[in-house]
This record gives sequence, C-alpha cells and structure tokens, in this order.
Amino acid sequence: MTSTLLLSQELPHLHYPANRDRFESSWEAPLSTLLGLGRAAGADFLEIFLERVNYISCLAEDDAITSLSPRLSTGAGIRLFRGKADCYVSTNDISFKGLQAVLEKGLSILGLSLPAPQSYVPQINLDLLRDYAIAKSKESWLENSSSMREMGDILLAANNALNQKASHAQSRRAVYFRDWQEVLVAASDGTFARDIRLAQSVGFNLLCADGGDRSSLGKRVGNTSDPDFLRTWDYQTTAAEVAEATGKMLHADYVESGNYPVIMANQFGGVIFHEACGHLLETTQIEHKTTPFIDKKGEKIAHENLTAWDEGLSDKAFGTIDMDDEGMPPQRTLLIENGILKNFIADRTGSIRTGHPRTGSGRRQSYAYAAASRMRNTYIAPGEYSLDNLFDSVDKGIYCKQMGGGSVGATGEFNFGVSEAYLIEKGKITKPLKGATLIGTAKDIMTKISMSSQDLGLAAGFCGSVSGSIYVTVGQPHIKVDNITVGGR
Amino acid sequence: MPSVEAIAQTATAIAQQLGIDKFDIYGSTVDETSVEVSEGEPKQVQSSNRSSVIVRVWNPQQTLGVTSTTDVDENGLALALKSAQEASFFGAKENIPDFSPEATKPTAEVTPKLGELATVDKLIENLLQSEKALLDAHPAIIGVPYNGLEQQDVNRFYLNSDGALRQEMRSYAAIYLYGRTEQAGKRPRGAGALKISHSLADLDIAGCVQEAADKTISHLDYQPIKSGKYTVVFSPKAFLSLLGAFSNLFNAQNILDNQSLSTPDSIGSAIASSLLSVADDALHPSNISTEIFDGEGTPTRRVPIISQGILRNFLHSSGTAKRLNTQPTGHASIGAKVGVSSHYYHVFSEQPTTSTSEVFSLDEAESVILIDSLQALHAGVNALQGSFSLPFDGWLVNRGQLTSIESATVAGDYLALLKAIAYLEPESEITPGGICPRVWVKDLAITGE
Repeated sequence: MTSTLLLSQELPHLHYPANRDRFESSWEAPLSTLLGLGRAAGADFLEIFLERVNYISCLAEDDAITSLSPRLSTGAGIRLFRGKADCYVSTNDISFKGLQAVLEKGLSILGLSLPAPQSYVPQINLDLLRDYAIAKSKESWLENSSSMREMGDILLAANNALNQKASHAQSRRAVYFRDWQEVLVAASDGTFARDIRLAQSVGFNLLCADGGDRSSLGKRVGNTSDPDFLRTWDYQTTAAEVAEATGKMLHADYVESGNYPVIMANQFGGVIFHEACGHLLETTQIEHKTTPFIDKKGEKIAHENLTAWDEGLSDKAFGTIDMDDEGMPPQRTLLIENGILKNFIADRTGSIRTGHPRTGSGRRQSYAYAAASRMRNTYIAPGEYSLDNLFDSVDKGIYCKQMGGGSVGATGEFNFGVSEAYLIEKGKITKPLKGATLIGTAKDIMTKISMSSQDLGLAAGFCGSVSGSIYVTVGQPHIKVDNITVGGR
Repeated sequence: MPSVEAIAQTATAIAQQLGIDKFDIYGSTVDETSVEVSEGEPKQVQSSNRSSVIVRVWNPQQTLGVTSTTDVDENGLALALKSAQEASFFGAKENIPDFSPEATKPTAEVTPKLGELATVDKLIENLLQSEKALLDAHPAIIGVPYNGLEQQDVNRFYLNSDGALRQEMRSYAAIYLYGRTEQAGKRPRGAGALKISHSLADLDIAGCVQEAADKTISHLDYQPIKSGKYTVVFSPKAFLSLLGAFSNLFNAQNILDNQSLSTPDSIGSAIASSLLSVADDALHPSNISTEIFDGEGTPTRRVPIISQGILRNFLHSSGTAKRLNTQPTGHASIGAKVGVSSHYYHVFSEQPTTSTSEVFSLDEAESVILIDSLQALHAGVNALQGSFSLPFDGWLVNRGQLTSIESATVAGDYLALLKAIAYLEPESEITPGGICPRVWVKDLAITGE
C-alpha cells in the first residue's frame, strides 16, 4: 500500500534501481510514480516512451570500405494531454531525476505544476508487462547479427560482383545498416509494453558514364527480424538487375512531356499509392484538414478495381511491428475495398481528435518525436488481369519500371521521379526513357487506376513525415493508370 | 550536458585507460521548444534538451573508428570510445582522415548572438495571433494547416587529444506559416513563408504573415499553362535551392568519390554564364546560422566558388584538401566518412549592368514564368546526371500581371541552365539559405497541360 501513500515531498529521496541496460519490469515502479505524479498535477493522460538504439552503418565504395559508423542512443519522451491540448518533451537523461525534470517541464507547458509537498501521489497501476521481446528469439538478435568484419567482407564481395556485371561503371556503392531498438511504453491508462526491433537494409548504387551520357540507379532490400539477413543477401542477383537497368538507361532519350497512360511496375511502384493516397488516409491529415477524403468514409474514392491495405503483420516486411510506439499491437487495416473508403490510419491522438478508431499505427523515428499516425506495410491488392492484359491495353504510353522518390503536398498534389522508364508502343516496350516525373492529384489518380495484375510484390522504403523517418513497405501488383501528366523535356 | 572542459578531461582519462593515444570529439547540445496551433487553439508543444557527441579514435595502425552517442556521461563516453576503437580495425584503409591542421588556429571574431528564451505562453500567443492575421487576410484562406514557432539554443564544440578545444553558442527563433485556400470549383491551393532570427523579440512575424498572405492570395484564380520552352525567372529561394541540390559540382568529397559532374581538373573551367558569381560565406553578417568552425574544428571563412562563370574553388574538409594539395575551407561534417557541406551562399554578379535590347523587367516582359519555390527536390533532382524535373509554385507574368500556374514542372540540365543565365537582377534578397537576386534563365522546358 505504500504506493498510494507516497507524499510529493518524498520524491527527492526516492531511489529507483531500474535497469538502464534493459527495459523490463523493474521500470514499473519509477514509471508508475511519474505517471501518478502527472495525473495528480492535473494532466488527463500521460505516456512515457523509453528507447535504446544500437545502430551501425557500413559503406563500401568501389573496392574499399570507406565508412563504418556505429551509433548508440538512449532517450525518453513524455507526452501529456490536458483536454485536446498536448505537449511532448524529450531528453537523453533517463534517470528518475531526468524523467521527473522532463515531466515538470511538460506540466508547466500545460499550465500545471507538481502537487504541493504534502499531497499524496497515487501510483498508476500499470498492466502486467506485455513483453513482445520474448517472441522470435529477439533477445539474441543483436548478438546474432552480422559482425563488423562480416559487414565489410560481404559488401566488398557484393561490390565486386557489381563490377563484373556492369559496363561503364564510374562508381559502385554497397550500403548496409542495422538498426536495433529496444522500446518501453507506459501510459496512465495502464499500458505497459516492451519490444525489441531489428531493421536491416542493404543495397547498391551504381553510376555509369559514357562520354556525356550518365545514368545512376540503385536497388535496396529491407527486412525486420532476421539476424541472418545480410548473410543471406542474394547480391549476385541484385547486382545483375542493377547493372542491367543502369546500362539500359545510360543512353536513354529524355521523355517527351505530356499526358500518357502508364503502367507502373509492382513492388516499389507502390510508392505512388503510399504518397498519393496513403498519407491522405492518416488521421494527421484529417487534423490538418489537408485530405480530400476527410468525410468520404463509406464513399467511392477510387476505381472499383482497387482494393488497398495497410498492416503491420507481414512476415519480416520492412514496416512490420509487433506493437506500435504507443504499445498497441498492429492491425491489418482495410483502407479501400473495391473503390470504397473503409478506414483511416489512426494513432492515439488522431483517434482522440478525429474519432476514428486506433489501428496500431502510432509510429515515430525515435524518442525525439511524438508518435503520429503512420503507415506500415501499405499495398494495393492483386487484381484479375495478366501483365499482358495491361500492356495490350496501351497503344502509346510509359512503363515505369522503377520509381524514384516522391512527395505529396498540402493540397494533395503529388509528384514522383521515375528512375527507370520505357516507352510502350502498341503494347510493346520499345525504348528506354529518362527524366520522367509523374504529376497529379490523389483524388484524380485514384479513379484512373483501372487495371491491376495478379503479381503483388512488396518493397522496403523509408517514409518521412511529422514523426520523423520510419521504415515502411510499399507494394502493389503491376497497375495501369489510364492517364497521367508526365513531366519531361 | 557536462561542460566541454569536463568532457575533455573525462575522455582523456578514459582514453588513457583504453590505450587510446589519439581521438577527437565533436558534439552539441540543443535545447528547443516549438509550438503549433490549430483554429485558435494550441495544438501541440514540443520541447527537448538533447546532447550528442561523435567520437573518433585512431588506433596504432592509424586507421580510424567512429561512434556517435547521446550518452555523454562517463559511462556513455567510455562505451563510445571503446566502440570507436573496435570499429577502427574494420574501417577505411586509405585516405584516412586526420586532425585538421587548422584545428587550433584562431577562429573569426564573431560575437555570439544569444537571444532570450521566450515562455511557451508567449510563443503560443504570438502564433495564435499570426494564424488569425493570416486567416483574416482574405476570405478564401480557410486554414493554416502547417504552422510553427520555434526557438532553439545550440551549444557546439570540438576537441581533440592534441589540445584543440573550441565551442560556440547560438540562439535561433523561426516562424513558419502555410495558408490554404479553397474556391468553389477549384482545387485547394496554398503557400508558405518562413522567417528566422536570433530570438523571438527580433523575429519578423508580421513580415511572415504578410508574405504568406500575399503568396497564398496570389495563387487564387490559377490557370493551366501550355507546355513549351519559356524564359524562367527564379526567385532567390528557388535558385538557391537548385544550387544546393547540385552542390556536388563544387563539393570536393563528391568529386573525389566520382559522385559529381566535376573532376579535380575542373577548377578554372567555365561552367556558367559570366554573369554568375557564387561564394560560400559562413561568416556573412546576414547568416543567422553562423558557425565559426566546422566539424573538424577548422575555422570557417568566405570561399569564392564561381567567379564570373569560372569555377574557382571547391569546398573542402581537411582530408579532401590534403588529397587535392590545398587548404581546408571549413566545410567538414564529421563522421566515419567526413562529409563536406555548404554554409551560406552568396549569389551575385560581378559584371556591370549593360544596356541591352532584351527586356529583363517583370513589369515589361511578356510570357515569362516566375518560379517562387521548387518542390520535391529529393525526387526530381538527379545530381549525378545533372538533370532535374521539378514541380513548382509560380506565376505566368505578362507585363507585370501575375497569374498563378495550376500545376507544372520545370526540367532541364543544370549545367545548361547555368550557361543559359541571361540576367541577375540588381537587388538581392536575404533568405535563410543565402543571399541571392532573382535570376533569369532562357529556354527552360515547362510541362503544363
């Protein structure tokens, strides 16, 4: 019963032996005290997020390792709500004193202060720790991942393979990173959850030059939860694909600007749905009133052939999480079914402010950011058409085989660079094209995705938004967009 | 964060225990608060106090290991030094960075500009007033979906085991407002403005509201534009953003890595119209983000990059300078691989204005495109190929009359663009990224309808 008899004035004398090298149940006492302190001060809801990161990246340029860069990070953030107003305060100092200082700062921002010295501080009764780290042998992920030596050896071998397959290579880069993260979430509603995550990515960038012609392309794969990921990377196949594509684009003509039907390849082609539509289905966009779909739930917003999902469950996919950064297990969220808008993607705050149910999508780059509604693995479902059906339907158009980056503006206009494109004439690919940019608005393009093939493929990506850069998966089968503006020369 | 002197003392003691003779540390502490409002109410306040350091360790074979950490107490530093020591045996074997030969040379005498931190209430009050002023500016402005008022104190330092030890403090305040309009039968449009200063007290909030309002309103009644070749006038902000996107042209590290259109032999070649001169000047009095030393402790300075169209200098770290047999320029970003980055561009013309039959006045020219801002540079710029294809916000200008352009992209080769510069207006504008006039470029491809 001591937990309910704690007096505010006793706080400076408290000593909590929480384990700083591992987030586990010993953190329950200090965190529940802090949460109780915040509630006693008048905050309606509090959430504490603790994070430890052990990150390393390795870069091979041509035939040498030129960068090996470990990063160690520890920090915490406390989010406080008073009504619909909220604040988020973060720090590197995860000692009890450090966290208390952060809490006090947050309270003062909301116009609150710590209880008077004679006040009782109720502890929050946290739930039994939901420890997602006990599954999948996560505790051994870090030690079982590739060593520094292995990273170097594999990347150099990969770059050598690329050298053998590429012609006119001016520079070759192989890049790998491993991001190990341990998180702990405690909230005043009793949430108490821990997870360990392991994200890894590896890929190539190849620059070819021949006289005045230059082309550069890259390809990257990503994975969560497989310590052997780098060891089992099929760099021979990836090198062959990158070398072939870069070679084809080296002497490509610039695309002539205009409006074309386009066929977008599967896998990373899904970035167009991610940027053009996915972001507009995040409750963050509803809060900002920057989505045209704000009041369209249950209405037709896309072609009847289009169904799309966002989920955090696909095995080892780059956007897969066992819990979100607010301690909630991820859902498989149906976004659009046969053109009808079914659901939005919601974090806790988005749910409070918009009324849409949480979907286990509260995500953030690190403790330095408050969680926000973010995508996980997002893709268009496979359709009924064959790839031949799609190409046969195009008299003159563009095949976008590999997309570059893209973005969507506050008014729903999007743009994507196309890094590997081909002209389609009478259903056949006739020549490579470079310099293409796809431009449009989400509302328009969604009604023009008229055909989807059966070859759904996923690809790893990085998504930057209000809560920082996070790992995601984009995906789709080959799709046909009936008409889109292509920027070129 | 402990004092820089304490970090130096602790690191030296730990290094001795670990048998490390040579190390350096670059670090910073950032204390920041930002507020956001929505429809007359505070929406979110974020506040943080974060520290981080990058530790570099040279082993007896003189190969280098690096580790960055946010734990700057004794345990954290010990772990970082140990990790860097371990990494040193697996890192680069050639072109290994060394201490900058200028890490102990005097830096420029610049009085640090430290502003007084305003209270959160004051920040919110100012931002709420700004939001209201922007909404009141025109009935078509129906929201300010993106807004923020932020203040930041930054303390950065560099030290090494040869006794270099330098630090500096700076304060910043910034306001951003993005207004959104809606008109019946039209797509939503929007525009934003950003102002930066040393403190809330001297931040031009009214100017930010006015600029955001003017730009937002100017995009009402937009019209499509026909695709074709146009004379394009880049705003200072737009030209500087493109210059930054193609900075690999004069970034020595990129050049040595074959990640540039330039080569080490490009110095002295004509890469632009003779009208164009560009310098990088970290110490320019208009630069709010003045830094007197770079990530290796090298003092910063003004570096002429392009003079009358001729490429004169690259930007260097100590490592690239050594490889190219020249002096470091104070542009290093410390890391396992030392990067090079610019500070503050100064774009100008050294040529006197001469009389010409061509019209270079927006009040008189016909069918020119004024680009206010370029979008999505991360997606539409291929710096390795030297090409770009970018959406933009801008206007079609006919004899001083501006008509907002619905949706369009501008595309071309950057080197061709530099050569096609036809005019630099005499008046320059101070922006957060540099000083630049409006720049006129002929015959750029515009894709509209």
